[in-house]
Amino acid sequence: MSMAAAVIDIPSGAVVARTSAQPQTLRVSNVGLTYSTAEGPVEALRGVSLDVSEGEFVSILGPSGCGKSSLLKLILGLDRATKGKIALDGEVIDGPSHGVGAVYQSPVLLPWRTIEENVLLPVDVMKLDRKAAIPRARALLTMAGLGDFGGRYPYELSGGMQQRAGIVRALVHDPRLLLMDEPFAALDAMNRELLTLELQRIWMESRKTVVFITHSIPEAVLLSDRIVVMSARPGQIIEIVQNPSPRPRTFADLNSAEAAALCDGIRRILDLSGRH
Amino acid sequence: MAIANPSTPDVRGISDDIRMTWNGKAFAALRRGGELAAFFILVIVALEAFIVLAGVEPYIFPAPSAIGRALWRGLIDGSYLSALAVTMTEILGGLALGALLGISLGVAMVNVSLLERFLYPCIVALQTVPKVAIAPLMIIWFGFGLQSKIFMVTVMCLFPCLINTIAGLRATDSDRINLIRAMRGSRWQILRYVQLPSAAPYIMAGINTAVVLAIIGAIVGEFVGAKVGIGVLILKANFELALDVAFSLIVLLAITGVILSTTIKAIERRLCFWSGRATK
Repeated sequence: MSMAAAVIDIPSGAVVARTSAQPQTLRVSNVGLTYSTAEGPVEALRGVSLDVSEGEFVSILGPSGCGKSSLLKLILGLDRATKGKIALDGEVIDGPSHGVGAVYQSPVLLPWRTIEENVLLPVDVMKLDRKAAIPRARALLTMAGLGDFGGRYPYELSGGMQQRAGIVRALVHDPRLLLMDEPFAALDAMNRELLTLELQRIWMESRKTVVFITHSIPEAVLLSDRIVVMSARPGQIIEIVQNPSPRPRTFADLNSAEAAALCDGIRRILDLSGRH
Repeated sequence: MAIANPSTPDVRGISDDIRMTWNGKAFAALRRGGELAAFFILVIVALEAFIVLAGVEPYIFPAPSAIGRALWRGLIDGSYLSALAVTMTEILGGLALGALLGISLGVAMVNVSLLERFLYPCIVALQTVPKVAIAPLMIIWFGFGLQSKIFMVTVMCLFPCLINTIAGLRATDSDRINLIRAMRGSRWQILRYVQLPSAAPYIMAGINTAVVLAIIGAIVGEFVGAKVGIGVLILKANFELALDVAFSLIVLLAITGVILSTTIKAIERRLCFWSGRATK
């Protein structure tokens, strides 16, 4: 009884030691996906199994065509797996759910809505309490460094700021899982590093469970607890790499012996090491 | 909450920009207006001079000064304005009805493929028929009053609104649709939050096309059968060979058309202020 109370008393945002006893937020079990095309069936995913614990940051890394985005669509409930199943907090996903927030390659902000109105879009669509959501939206915008820009229109903001607004929109309804599909792919290199660090800070403050899709090895190593390395055609998991180093991490930290070894290991798994 | 890194100096000095361009734009608009007015005055003076010098009979082509006098007379004695009120009611009523019907049908057709398969060809077939051929039917069915003219205008306005609505809804970025779908949005919510706003510039362009057709529809309807309206006055003036009166009414119609079209454009700019600005 006292044990249970102690667990409940942990304030949100505190660092919780993750053990194998942590509840599984996302369970991907032996998922396969085959598209039928005019040229015959195309296997996009084969035998993908992955468990993501609560509060964990997991990256999915792989070359283009490895089915990363297909997997994301399955988790979003926009597509159906042809084999296996995906469950969120024990509930099998058979369509879009309110438990997931998503950030896409482009921010996909609606140009006729202000930044704040864009951030509140999930609240409107999910018919949540708008009055209660507004302070939360503003707090999140401030956290993302957009506190003064809620009343602006998307076209008045730079690409990096638009993408930050996209992240805030994904968090506004407090989803159990945050899905990010190469969110920084469209940004220039400097903005990209800046936003990666920004995301780390946002994640450390919110402790969301994150599945982050990328094809950048440094980005994956910097951000993740675990890195899922996938191969292409058909997309399958080759290896899952752990990164236990403490946070906050910086891009300079990637030059440390452990991090360099980690990056190198991933490159070798992906057959990109250049040492033949 | 730590506001550690508000790295946000990457916004342009927007308010300055807008003020600058506003002053510049206002000046340019004024200048263009002035140039246009000067051009019109030049044409009118040239026409007046030619008609007077060449001795063209007023029942063949009245001088601009005569047209101006007729316009003034008609406006002062109130006959033009009361006729215009009737014609405007027909135009605006028919336009509203046609736009409403066109947009609704467009939405329905995009969402129900069966409707599109069967109804769309019928409407295209109707569109290919010259509307003048329908006008007498409208009079037979709906009488000499406002109704027949309003329905005539409706028929004219329906098609451009319909095809533009369909095109606009179809052109909606699939990322935006998937955005709402991923939030478990319904068909109706996709329409309301994404498709209709995305299609708004298309729909407004359709309405702008329809305005011109609405004026034609109202006048043709009045030609075929009506007791009051600008069309009725034009017919009467033609019978009496009072060409100055006929021309003055045509000028009045042209001014009305320009005002209507500019109003629609202004509404469009207001409603679709975001159109053409880069966001992704």
